[in-house]
Order: sequence, then structure tokens, then C-alpha cells
Amino acid sequence: MINYIWLFFVASSVVIAFATGKVSDVSQSVFTSAQSAVEISIGLIGIMSLWLGIVEIAKRAGLMKSFAKLISPVLRLIFPSIPKDDPVQADIAMNITSNALGLGNAATPFGIKAMEGLQRLNKNEKDTASDDMCTFLTINTAGVQLIPVTVIGILVSLGATDASEIILPTMIATFGALVTGLIFVKTLICLFPESSKKKGDKKCKI
Amino acid sequence: MQNIAVAFIPVVIALIAFYASLKKVPVYEAFTSGAKEGFNVSVRIIPYLVAMMMAVAMFRASGAIDLLGQALKPFFELIGMPVDLLPLAITRSLSGSGVRGIFAEIAQNYSPNAPITKTAAVMLGCSETTFYVLAVYFGSVGITKFRHALLAGIMADIAGIFFAIFVSKLMFY
Repeated sequence: MINYIWLFFVASSVVIAFATGKVSDVSQSVFTSAQSAVEISIGLIGIMSLWLGIVEIAKRAGLMKSFAKLISPVLRLIFPSIPKDDPVQADIAMNITSNALGLGNAATPFGIKAMEGLQRLNKNEKDTASDDMCTFLTINTAGVQLIPVTVIGILVSLGATDASEIILPTMIATFGALVTGLIFVKTLICLFPESSKKKGDKKCKI
Repeated sequence: MQNIAVAFIPVVIALIAFYASLKKVPVYEAFTSGAKEGFNVSVRIIPYLVAMMMAVAMFRASGAIDLLGQALKPFFELIGMPVDLLPLAITRSLSGSGVRGIFAEIAQNYSPNAPITKTAAVMLGCSETTFYVLAVYFGSVGITKFRHALLAGIMADIAGIFFAIFVSKLMFY
């Protein structure tokens, strides 16, 4: 499906650009975006190395395992097919916690660790997302945050006097987004299970 | 809050290192062996991020979002949503930097304390850039078949936008 979406973006842009006379803008955007994609990736190296280093220390000290054990009962409600006490649960929990606290740059390395763990458990072809990956990324795209620190920062920098007013509405909206996303992903998983699972193998539980 | 966040990270790092030392973990060696992966992971996501960001950037540069906005305008007027928030709503799932730029524009055109600016701020804070998140996380493990993640992510974004508008209407207007 992503192939069609990608094609749609690229092809429709060119057609629309001719209609709106923005061909040169589109032409330039091709190069600047490629450049900034690489800059973003390269910019991740430091923060990624830092957190993966800390995680390795925590792992060798047995902290990730005990954390996984602690969080397992809750996480298994959302990720039923992850084996009990599998260490990937600690990465998932750390990712969600860092996101919730607004520590975006810590959330990414944990999230990628979690994806590596989920890929290890993935029973599909290795280029195909597992059910748990879909659920995990739905939680991430909803971007659940207790305090929207970044947005408050932007508001204050623009001269807002009561930026904290947005905290409660943002919390409600992000929670609404999360619940909607989870309902959708669980329903889709139920209707179209991964090919590695036989139909009727498991009862649909939402 | 900002102060707590600032102190939080160094304290956590120190506590983990201290605890690990008690457990006789060679902390320096452990850190470096974990950190080694950082480079590979970052480089691995480059092709996926280039592909996604290029497609989105072309789409935005072509003026497609204005056209889409024109098409959706009657619907937004119907539900009583400020039409000036449309570009923000459409860009929300596509581009993180784009959405911040549009937000700054709204804050400048109105005032930073205007209800519409706050509504825009809630829309900004209530969701992540779905296309970016999917490209990075799926890219890091080489997954190209996203299955349900894309649709669920987009639906979550749309829901977030509507929640943002309705809650803001109740609280700011």
C-alpha cells in the first residue's frame, strides 16, 4: 500500500505543480528534502549512541529484565503475543514513558530497540509488520504526552502569557487520539490477522 | 516542569551507572559496546527517511495542501471549525517542521493569546507526525509493508484534530 501512497504523493505533486505554476518549488523541494532527511538521520547518531550505551549498562545490570517483569501484566493486555517476561517489554515501556514525559530524544532509541525486539518475534516475512508492531507504532503516532513541553515552549517564545492553558485540552485530545488509534488497529488486526496465523486460530478479542 | 525534566535525565543516567557498578558491571565497556550500534541504526534509516520526506516535501511544495483545503472547506464550515486551521490539520500527519511553520504563522497573524492560536497549539501537541514516525521506526528494522499501522495512525491523527477542536471550543471560546 505504501507504494501507492508514495506514487500518489510524487505523481500528484507534479501534476498539481503544473496546474498551480509551482514547478520550480517542487523541483527545489526534491533536493532540500533529501538533504534534510540525511541531516536528521546523522543528527540522531549522538543521541542514539548515548541512549543505546545507557541501555546496555542497564541491561547488563539486569535492570531491563526486572523492569520487563514489573510492566509485563499491563503490557500483555495491549501486546498479547509477546512472550511473558520477554525483554522487549522493557524497551516498549521505556519508549512510552519517555514519550509521555516529553523526552522525545530518548523515546526514539528506545522505540528502535523495541522495534528490533518485535522484529525478533515477528513470524511474518521480515519486510512485513507484525500485529504487535502495528499496535506499538499506533501508540507512537498518537504521541501521548502528559505535558506538551515543546509546544508550550514554542507558545511562550512567541509571547503567549498563559501557555499552560493548553495542557488539559492537549491531554484530552491526545488521549482521544490514542484510544481511537488503538480501537482501529485492534479491529483491523481482528479482521485481517497476520498471514502467519491461521484463520480461526484465535478468537477475536478487542 | 522544565526544571524537573532538566534534572531527570542526568540523575537517571547516574543512578543506572551507580547501580550497575554495584552489580559489578564494567560500565565504561558496557556503554561503549551499546553505543556502537548508534551509528548503524542512524544510517540504516536514511533511505526510508529520504523517500518519505521527499514525497511529502514535493506534495507540500506543489500547493496540493491548499487544494485539499479548498475541497474540505465546506465540511469544516459545517462543523464550525475555523477555516484558517485547515492547512495545519492537513499537514499534521505529514511534516513536523511544516506544521511548526504553519503554527508560527497563525500565532503571528492573530495573537499568541488568541483562542485560535491556542486551538492550533492543542492540535500541534496532540499527535505525532505519523509519516515520519513510521518511516523511522519501520525503516530501522527494514520493514516496507506497514499493514494496519498507517491507517490506524492516520485515524488517530484525525481523531486528535477533532478532539482538539471540540475541547478547545469548550475551553477557549
